Amino acid sequence: MLMKVIACASLLTRFALAEEHKIIQKDRAFSQTEITIHVGDSILFKNADDVTHNVFSVSPGMEFDIRRQAPGAASQVQFKKQGTAEVRCSIHPKMKLIVTVK
Amino acid sequence: MAKKFPYLSVLVAALAVSTVGSLRLGISVAANSNSDATSAYNRTEWKAKYVRPPSTPFPDDNRFTQERELLGRTLFFDPRISSSGTISCATCHNPGFSWGDGLTKGIGNGMRELHRRTPTILNTAWSDLLFWDGRAESLEEQALVPVSSPTEMNQPLDAMVTVVTSKFGYKTLFECAYPGEGVTPKTVARAIATFERTVVSGRAPFDEWVSGQESAIPEAAKRGFDLFNTKAACRKCHEGWNFTDNGFHDVGLADDDRGRGSQLPLEAMQHAFKTPTLRNSDRRGPYMHDGSERSLEDVIELYDRGGKAKRPSLALEVVPLCLTAQEKADLLSFLRTLTSNDRGIEVPTFPR
Repeated sequence: MLMKVIACASLLTRFALAEEHKIIQKDRAFSQTEITIHVGDSILFKNADDVTHNVFSVSPGMEFDIRRQAPGAASQVQFKKQGTAEVRCSIHPKMKLIVTVK
Repeated sequence: MAKKFPYLSVLVAALAVSTVGSLRLGISVAANSNSDATSAYNRTEWKAKYVRPPSTPFPDDNRFTQERELLGRTLFFDPRISSSGTISCATCHNPGFSWGDGLTKGIGNGMRELHRRTPTILNTAWSDLLFWDGRAESLEEQALVPVSSPTEMNQPLDAMVTVVTSKFGYKTLFECAYPGEGVTPKTVARAIATFERTVVSGRAPFDEWVSGQESAIPEAAKRGFDLFNTKAACRKCHEGWNFTDNGFHDVGLADDDRGRGSQLPLEAMQHAFKTPTLRNSDRRGPYMHDGSERSLEDVIELYDRGGKAKRPSLALEVVPLCLTAQEKADLLSFLRTLTSNDRGIEVPTFPR
């Protein structure tokens, strides 16, 4: 029981410290090719191009899809589990970002 | 951590109250904050975005050699690698039709019509994904798919190897191209891919204009170039010297083909197809993945009205353009400056 309480407190502390990271989509590329974050952190994807983008992952356990992202729009994605997500733009397949969640 | 705390996602959702959108997915979307920042259009700056690359890319594990190109070209034009002995790669990818077939839909084994138009292989050295739906990640992966497809060349790959091996002259070609590797599906695919990478559109009047020869294209085409980059917004998908973003878009054609969506079941990919190059496009009609537009004039009309099918996956870039008749004519004039007078291809003598 004590361990559970400690673990829960640790988790709450972790979320209290959760960070928001920023990735820019510009010139059909993510501003980084890889990023390491912690469980509970989020990434804000900001479309700085003048064309529509998409951000998705089909990595097992890390699936998400922000659908279509208009020019200038920003989309926040929270990563709730440890693992590695291969994040891509379905519209522009060359765009790729590896997100490692620790 | 997640395994230790099965209530993790609930906590995440509860702590993510500052976001909007889908908490279940942990995603939120903010409104546009700087859409389409407008700046003065500068033709010279835009021309610089269309400069041809200095060389053709080849992958490190399949570098160009003349021997590989010759072998690949020979296989590409050899109909004996199909089960009927009558269909070669060049049957559909005919150099006389700018490496397409000039048909609404491709014709496959038994003269049966395929369900999409034949895409050109022109400038595919720069492609990221192949096929209209992007289901192949390299030319090496793509090359054998039509060979073994029951609806296309209908030839099992082991049977293909048997046929090629039985033609004695191929032995030397393979040994020179891939020493010690023999006739295998892999060497056949690598050779064909090497040849395909050499199929590059030559310098067109547009390239001479970009290089500074002002008289290389008519004034109407220059106006068309400006429209291409601004009001008509064609360049949002047909970008760069090869006039493609190598991307996938639903451009509003009224058929039920899910395209890229059949490979990647995301909303944005439903009815999405790969952006084709516009190089030499006036030699390649009819147009679109389904061959539904007969001429470049028809294609311009399609985009001018913002596509035919309005659905959630329709690309945001496909909107009514309200082009005048003069603007449409200027765009057409510009598109025709992208065609090069390429040297004819030499069809090899097939090994017996």
